[in-house]
Amino acid sequence: MNKIIEIQNLVKQFNGVNAVNGLSFSVEKGEFFGLLGPNGAGKTTTIRMLYGYSPPTSGMLRVFGMDISTDSRKIKSRIGVCQQDNTLDPDLSVEQNLLVFAGYFSIPKKEAVERSEELLDFFALSHKKDAKVMELSGGMVRRLILARSLINRPELLILDEPTTGLDPQSRHQVWEKLGELKKSGLTVVITTHYMEEATQLCDRLVIVDHGNILVDGSPERLIEQYAGRHIVEIEGPDQDLIEYLKNHDVEYDDLGKRLILYDPERKGMNSAIRSQYCNEKCIYRNSTLEDVFLRLTGRELRE
Amino acid sequence: MINPALFSWRFLNVWKRNLVVYKKIWKVNFLTPLFEPLFYILAFGLGFSGLIRKVHYDGVELSYTGFIAPALIATAVMWNAFFETTYASFVRMYFQKTFDGMLATPLSLEEIIIAEIAWSATKSAGAATIMLLVLGLMGFIHFPMGLLLIPMAFFGGLAFGAIGMFFTGITPTIDMFNLPIFLFITPMFLFSGTFFPVSNLPAWAQPVALAFPLYHLAELARLFSIGTCEVSPLISIGYLTVFIIFFTFLALIAMRKRLIQ
Ligand SMILES: Nc1ncnc2c1ncn2[C@@H]1O[C@H](COP(=O)(O)OP(=O)(O)O)[C@@H](O)[C@H]1O
Ligand SMILES: [Mg+2]
Repeated sequence: MNKIIEIQNLVKQFNGVNAVNGLSFSVEKGEFFGLLGPNGAGKTTTIRMLYGYSPPTSGMLRVFGMDISTDSRKIKSRIGVCQQDNTLDPDLSVEQNLLVFAGYFSIPKKEAVERSEELLDFFALSHKKDAKVMELSGGMVRRLILARSLINRPELLILDEPTTGLDPQSRHQVWEKLGELKKSGLTVVITTHYMEEATQLCDRLVIVDHGNILVDGSPERLIEQYAGRHIVEIEGPDQDLIEYLKNHDVEYDDLGKRLILYDPERKGMNSAIRSQYCNEKCIYRNSTLEDVFLRLTGRELRE
Repeated sequence: MINPALFSWRFLNVWKRNLVVYKKIWKVNFLTPLFEPLFYILAFGLGFSGLIRKVHYDGVELSYTGFIAPALIATAVMWNAFFETTYASFVRMYFQKTFDGMLATPLSLEEIIIAEIAWSATKSAGAATIMLLVLGLMGFIHFPMGLLLIPMAFFGGLAFGAIGMFFTGITPTIDMFNLPIFLFITPMFLFSGTFFPVSNLPAWAQPVALAFPLYHLAELARLFSIGTCEVSPLISIGYLTVFIIFFTFLALIAMRKRLIQ
């Protein structure tokens, strides 16, 4: 039991409104921990409190067993942060971004040069060493931000939407690198809107909405528990089907033109439904974290 | 209100960042302090010499160009530092999110702000050094005492950098800097005993001019250039010291209020 992060009843208020509404969770050493939730759920606000950018309104927040309000400098020297916004320094070249950032951690020049070479190599950026930040593609920018967040050899890496806005190739490349970091035993906290990313990478995750934790668990367990093993989607359902589902106690979501049936197999109803009710279009597939997410946070737009 | 644990020598790492950026563009930055005094001296020396023969200042008679030459250094100190902590710092803070990035490191916001002010003063000192060379070669500055203009420029830069940073902390958009420039910097540029002695102003306006930080900096500049001044340098140094402390303090509070939410 080696807790890297401990949060209890954490609250953050902006102008009297709770953006974070009493969160409690902890992250163990070596864990890859996901913080999921729709836009405005309070993920970035939580993360900002984690790295001492934003002071909590109330609650307990300990990182490496230290209090963020009194030991923020010690804590910050041991963590790496990828903020949601691009905070690379556009006045500096790619390599200078790493070297100058190393300076903020008071890392000696010689060591900074070694580390930045290593990191540029790891993130396939060596050929762009002297490029201006403005000339980088979206994927390279993200990789450079990641590289920069590792310059102080952090024990905890905090990533706020590291793959948002990237094309699939770049995204998979970032995932691959994050997978390697995970193998090396680094503790990571990540927020993302890509459920596939969370499923692949996270050992454990929480889904938050309106500043509250809805569920907490491993991706597999959450899927099993909240979406079952399989999903049947039926388009253009008729009233008979809905009656049938109600009578047989099958869990479903009614989206009007489409019904989502959660694991009818569990009730041994699969073949009956498929033979009797699949009149227009029927999809039979494995459940995903996305089903869990949408089920728990609802389907209406947030912005 | 101000926690001493938030201040350390780490601010030099932010100062160095600005130096790294400056080194990339120094050739362009070099030109303004080189040519600006030449233009002023030429314009006022040639253009005005027929109109103004001598300036009476501190009981001495000075040529007009001799009167304004030291003040040109003081005004350059003001413009350099004030522009750096207003427009340039605002761009870093707001558009480039440079401070946000720094705040994810062991740096404190206080160190970042102190570094920005110190950097603005460094730029002032750099500009003053070049102007010193130009004006010195033209015979407007007495050496070796004139070398004191360099630390003086840094000191004066702190004053204008601090008040600029304060405006950055409270200004909603970058266009709004027009306001302090129009209401504060421009009047000061013209009425601080820079282009004519304060004694030429109507009696009611003289105390206002004496309250301008640029007046005291121009006084010190004249003292170190040619050895004359109207007000005791101790008063000028004291005034500027209080000014620096006061506005650095206000800048720290304003920036914390603005950025830490
Ligand atoms: N500085 C701030 N001032 C006022 N409200 C804020 C501020 N930062 C965030 N909020 C609000 O807090 C809520 C959570 O925001 P955020 O943590 O950014 O969500 P997420 O990262 O999950 O999308 C939102 O309603 C947002 O508008
Ligand atoms: Mg966010």
